[in-house]
Amino acid sequence: MLSKRIIPCLDVHEGRTTKGIKFKNNVDIGDPVEMARMYYEAGADEIVFYDITASHEKRGIMIDVVRRVAATIFIPFSVGGGIRTLEDMREVLLAGAEKVSVNSAAVKNPDIISRGAAAFGSQCIVLGMDVKQVEKSGQIPSGYEIVINGGRKYMGMDALDWALKGQELGAGEICLNSIDADGTKNGYELTLTELISTRVDIPVIASGGAGHPVHLSDVLTTGKADAALIASMVHYGTYTIPEIKTYLAEQGVKVRSTW
Amino acid sequence: MIAVIDYDAGNLTSVSRALSYINVENTVTNDAELIASAQRIIFPGVGAAGSAMKSLIRSGLDQVIRQAVLSGKPVLGICLGTQIILRQSRENQTPCLGIIEGTVAAFSESFADHGIKGLKIPHMGWNRMTLKTDHPVFAGIKETDEFYFVHGYYPLPDDSAQVLATTAYGIEFPSVIGMKNLVATQFHPEKSGEPGLTLLKNFSRWEPC
Repeated sequence: MLSKRIIPCLDVHEGRTTKGIKFKNNVDIGDPVEMARMYYEAGADEIVFYDITASHEKRGIMIDVVRRVAATIFIPFSVGGGIRTLEDMREVLLAGAEKVSVNSAAVKNPDIISRGAAAFGSQCIVLGMDVKQVEKSGQIPSGYEIVINGGRKYMGMDALDWALKGQELGAGEICLNSIDADGTKNGYELTLTELISTRVDIPVIASGGAGHPVHLSDVLTTGKADAALIASMVHYGTYTIPEIKTYLAEQGVKVRSTW
Repeated sequence: MIAVIDYDAGNLTSVSRALSYINVENTVTNDAELIASAQRIIFPGVGAAGSAMKSLIRSGLDQVIRQAVLSGKPVLGICLGTQIILRQSRENQTPCLGIIEGTVAAFSESFADHGIKGLKIPHMGWNRMTLKTDHPVFAGIKETDEFYFVHGYYPLPDDSAQVLATTAYGIEFPSVIGMKNLVATQFHPEKSGEPGLTLLKNFSRWEPC
C-alpha cells in the first residue's frame, strides 16, 4: 500500500532558508543543504525547495544549492520559484532535482507544462497552484480562484478548471496551496483539497496551514490528499517528523515508518 | 567500475551521485567499448518506452545491453530500464529488448479489468515490497523498508520464477524482476534513502554464480 508522503518545504532566499507569513517578513532560519540532510535523516519522504530570490541574476546561487543537496540526500526533491522556461527546468533537473514546479509562469503561459512534460516527462512536472476562496460565480464556479504574486493578483481562473487543465497538459502532480490557510497554523483547507484531489487522477500535495499533526491527519483522510507539505511546525522544532509520523500511524494513516 | 548507461532517458546523474556517495566507482556513458569493459552495468531511465527504445536503437546501445546480459556480468535495471528489458510494452505497443520474456502492463488497464477505482496514476511515492526469493541484492533490507516509485506501467514476466519481489497498489505487481546475472527494480533505489543505497551497495558486490 502506498504511503502518504510528509514533505518539508524550504523557502530559499539567496541561498538561505527563510520563513515568512503570507509571503511577508522573511527571517533566516538556516542553511538549506544542512536542513535537507537533517530532514532526510529524520524520515522526510520528499523535500520541496521554493526559491524566493527575486533577482534573476542571483538564480545561480539556487542551482548551487540544488547541486549540493543532490549529493547529500537520496530521496526525491523538487524545486520551484522563478521557473519560467524550458531552459530553467533543464538547469534545475540537471543539477539533480527530481521535479520542477511551475506556478505563475504556467498561469501566464500554460504551454510550459506541456513542453516541460514532453521534454522531461510528466513525472517531473509539478503544477503549483496558489488558491483563494471567493464567492461562487459563473467565472469561478468552484468558489476557489487562482491567484499569483503571493495572493495579491486574482487571475479570474477557477482552481478546479485549472487543475484539470494542468493535468491534461501533462503535469504529473499538483501542489495545492491555500493562501487563506498559509501561515495560520489552523489547518489545511480541507474542502478545497478534497475538491481538487477527488477530481484529478494525478497525486495532490496539500499545502498551507499545518500547525499540528492532527491537521495532517485531517488533510490526508478527509481532504483526500496524497501528501502534505509542512514548514514552520518542523522548522521551529515544535514537532519532529518521527513524532508526526507516529501520530499519523496511530490515526491509521499509512506512512513510511523505517528509513 | 560500474557503467551507468546514458541514452537520453531522464536524469541519470542521480544514480551516479548515489553510487559516488557509497564510494562505488562509476561512470555515466554511452560509449560501447567502455560499457563492454565495465565490471557491472546499470541500465536506468525515466520517461516513455517509445522514445527510449528509439534512442537505444539509433545509438546501437540495444545490442550493447543484450551483449552485456549475455556476457554474464551483473546488470541492474531501474524503472524504465527495467521495463525495456521485457519483450513488449503496452505503452504505445512499443517492441522492447526482449531479454526477459513478458510484457509491460498498464495500471490503467489492470485497474479497469479488476474494477479498481480511485487510485491515482502514476503510482507515485513510497511503498513496500514482498520478497519472493532470497536474492543477494536484498541483503540487509527489512520487511518494513519502503522504496520510491513513480510509474504508470509495470513489468510482467511470463515466467513467475523471474519475479523476485512484488508490491501492492490496487493489484500485486512485480516490483523486482530478474534472472541469472540480471536484476531489475521498478522503483528508484537511488531515491529510496538508506534501503535504496543498501541495495545499490549489494549490487556493487554481487557475484552471480
